Amino acid sequence: MGNPITAYGDTTGDGMVQVSFTLPLAAGARADGAAQLFANRMGIEPAMVVHSKAMGPGHSFFVVYGRARVWVDPDEVEVAEREYPLLSAKEVDARVREGLGRPLVVLGACIGTDAHTVGIDAILSVKGFAGEKGLESHREMRVVNLGAQVAIDDLVRAAHDEHADAVLVSQVVTQRDAHLTNTTALAKAFDAAFVDGRRPLLVVGGPRFEPAQAALLGVDRVFGRGTTPGDVASYLVHALLPVAPAVPAQPTPAAARR
Amino acid sequence: MTGLLDLDPAVVARARALARSAAQPVVELAQAHTTVSLERAVLRLAGCEGADAGHPAGDVPWVNRLVDVVADQVGLGHGVALPLGDAIARGEAPDLPTLAALALEGRLKLRLPDEAAAEAEARHVMEELVGAGIARIDAQRHERDRRRTELGDPPAPWIYLIVATGDIREDVVQAQAAAREGADVVAVIRSTGQSLLDHVPEGETYDGYAGTYATQANFRLMRRALDDVGAELGRYVRLTNYASGLCMPEIAVLAGLERLDMMLNDCMYGIVFRDINPIRTFVDQRFSRQIHARAGIVINTGEDNYLTTADAVDAAHTVLVSQLLNERFAHEAGLEDWQLGLGHAFEISPSVPDSFRLELAHALLVREVFPDAPLKYMPPTKHMTGNVFGGYLHDGFFNLAALLTGQSIILVGMMTEGIVTPFLSDRDLALENVRYVRATAGRLGEDLRPAPDGFIATRARAVLDESVQLLERIERDGLLRAIGEGTFGVTRRPADGGRGLDGVVAKDERYWNPASDHLEGI
Repeated sequence: MGNPITAYGDTTGDGMVQVSFTLPLAAGARADGAAQLFANRMGIEPAMVVHSKAMGPGHSFFVVYGRARVWVDPDEVEVAEREYPLLSAKEVDARVREGLGRPLVVLGACIGTDAHTVGIDAILSVKGFAGEKGLESHREMRVVNLGAQVAIDDLVRAAHDEHADAVLVSQVVTQRDAHLTNTTALAKAFDAAFVDGRRPLLVVGGPRFEPAQAALLGVDRVFGRGTTPGDVASYLVHALLPVAPAVPAQPTPAAARR
Repeated sequence: MTGLLDLDPAVVARARALARSAAQPVVELAQAHTTVSLERAVLRLAGCEGADAGHPAGDVPWVNRLVDVVADQVGLGHGVALPLGDAIARGEAPDLPTLAALALEGRLKLRLPDEAAAEAEARHVMEELVGAGIARIDAQRHERDRRRTELGDPPAPWIYLIVATGDIREDVVQAQAAAREGADVVAVIRSTGQSLLDHVPEGETYDGYAGTYATQANFRLMRRALDDVGAELGRYVRLTNYASGLCMPEIAVLAGLERLDMMLNDCMYGIVFRDINPIRTFVDQRFSRQIHARAGIVINTGEDNYLTTADAVDAAHTVLVSQLLNERFAHEAGLEDWQLGLGHAFEISPSVPDSFRLELAHALLVREVFPDAPLKYMPPTKHMTGNVFGGYLHDGFFNLAALLTGQSIILVGMMTEGIVTPFLSDRDLALENVRYVRATAGRLGEDLRPAPDGFIATRARAVLDESVQLLERIERDGLLRAIGEGTFGVTRRPADGGRGLDGVVAKDERYWNPASDHLEGI
């Protein structure tokens, strides 16, 4: 064990937290008591119900402050460290020029019924995201953004026609885990269409994805919330263009990459 | 609320004239074509309800069956009204659904009446049917006026809340709760992807994704629920749904028949954000707006969407340009200023210096260019970061901007935007935010006068000037080309691409549609 810690209010070790929640009870003394008990069961002891308010006839909203009686050891935490070095745009272009000798072809789309192109546009368009320009701005990349609501079959066809090195798919709509089922279907379609092992690198992203889900979903990499164009560009270079030895002009077989 | 920015009326007039002339070729294109959805809308007006429930792929509305059979047998260039009216006049079947059932069995033989007498009879049949549908829409409009007079209208800005459970029965509960909490307008979000369906689903539905299917039965159920809660609260609660998509004309008809009060209806949204073919969209939006005009429905346009894909400062002028085009297409279709819920949004990054002053400049500009339009102002979504406390403050500034600049309809921002579907408490906190700003600063606008050549007035005039420049380019190059080049929302949409182009048909000389005769006063 290292050094267990708890939440910090204004003194090390005080464990002070603030939570808010709604209970399905009419406002009143009983509801306040239930809120306190509920907070106690969450591990907050003592719990101060500092605010309670009726939410219609049958619900009450609470803000609770109190002391969390739990500790964690930071050594227990498993961090998914980035498996590739973060490169500048210049470095990315240099690696592509040296390693590939032609522009890297990146195909992007939102699939299924998802019309939210915010994510894919943030990564691909020149405008970019978080102060970083998108992949379109790279001299050594050719970006084809198919936009919203692209059918998986059309994406497979486009990947074939464009000789895509990598296919980027963003998904924002997550109702009933649509983003997960769509991604699995995507991976299956690509695996079926590129049987000779020349499947392009499959990368999916969106605010509700977990990076650890990649293998489960059958894709090469998953990016979650807060991903920047630089993260994606660096990853593409890392996955497609290993530093040593010399790389073939065509995309590396998917099987070899995994 | 006008005259604060010292806008040059000649520049505003020039912008309007450019929008008018840019829209004209597209209006002519729309007049020269019909679409499968427009023809289906005529049949819905003629009272053709119901669906073929026996199809393995799911219900196929009778209107779809009938339009398909007309297209197969005699083509759509003259519209569906003549051949179907003729079939009824010849005694093939007493009504349209029965005709559709006959068609399904392969027992319907259609023709274009060639003699004057037969054509007159066909026209008479369809005029009666469509006339009855128009009369129902008129009756609903009168009913709305009656209820509004009786119950009264809430003070501006109207509070617009959304329900989106996917199940109409749950929506009804949520919508009534929202009205009791203070919603003046309730919008039922549609199921994800409905805008790309080339038919309108039938019946009450319980299985939408991220929203509930727009169907006639769902409209009716929600209308009744809001009438009930409105009577309880003593104010008329408005109902909103979405027309945009492949079925704009049909959904507009259903909204008129079931007394919806507002409809999302943007002249370009389907093109830019749903990749629907531009010509299909312009034909469909024109007819759908003619129906809305007749029904007394307020349209809501979708300019806020541009700012979620493009930068809210750089693209500010594209919002004004789109609003001017939406206004022009709306006026051409017969809508009046009080029916133009032109959209815009509070989407500038708070990290931009003076972002709130920029927001005020943009919001005031729109207010002053469209003094009589019920402007719809959308809350921040793009810069809601997950820090709910910061988001709550951001929404407070949005509410303040809305009140200071006299916006008419405000969609209430949720601090959990982009994180989870709003908790019960999120909605309550959001309304508390609005009430706080309204009570403490609701009339602050009366005391504020932007300095004549200050930051706000200068910025507003600059956006207006950029809009005129963009309109000049659009007018010179053509609106379809501008859309093809990604002028709006940064998405490129060529005129020969996109969904639904196969449902567009050039009208031939004998084209006839009794609904358009009514709506255009022929």
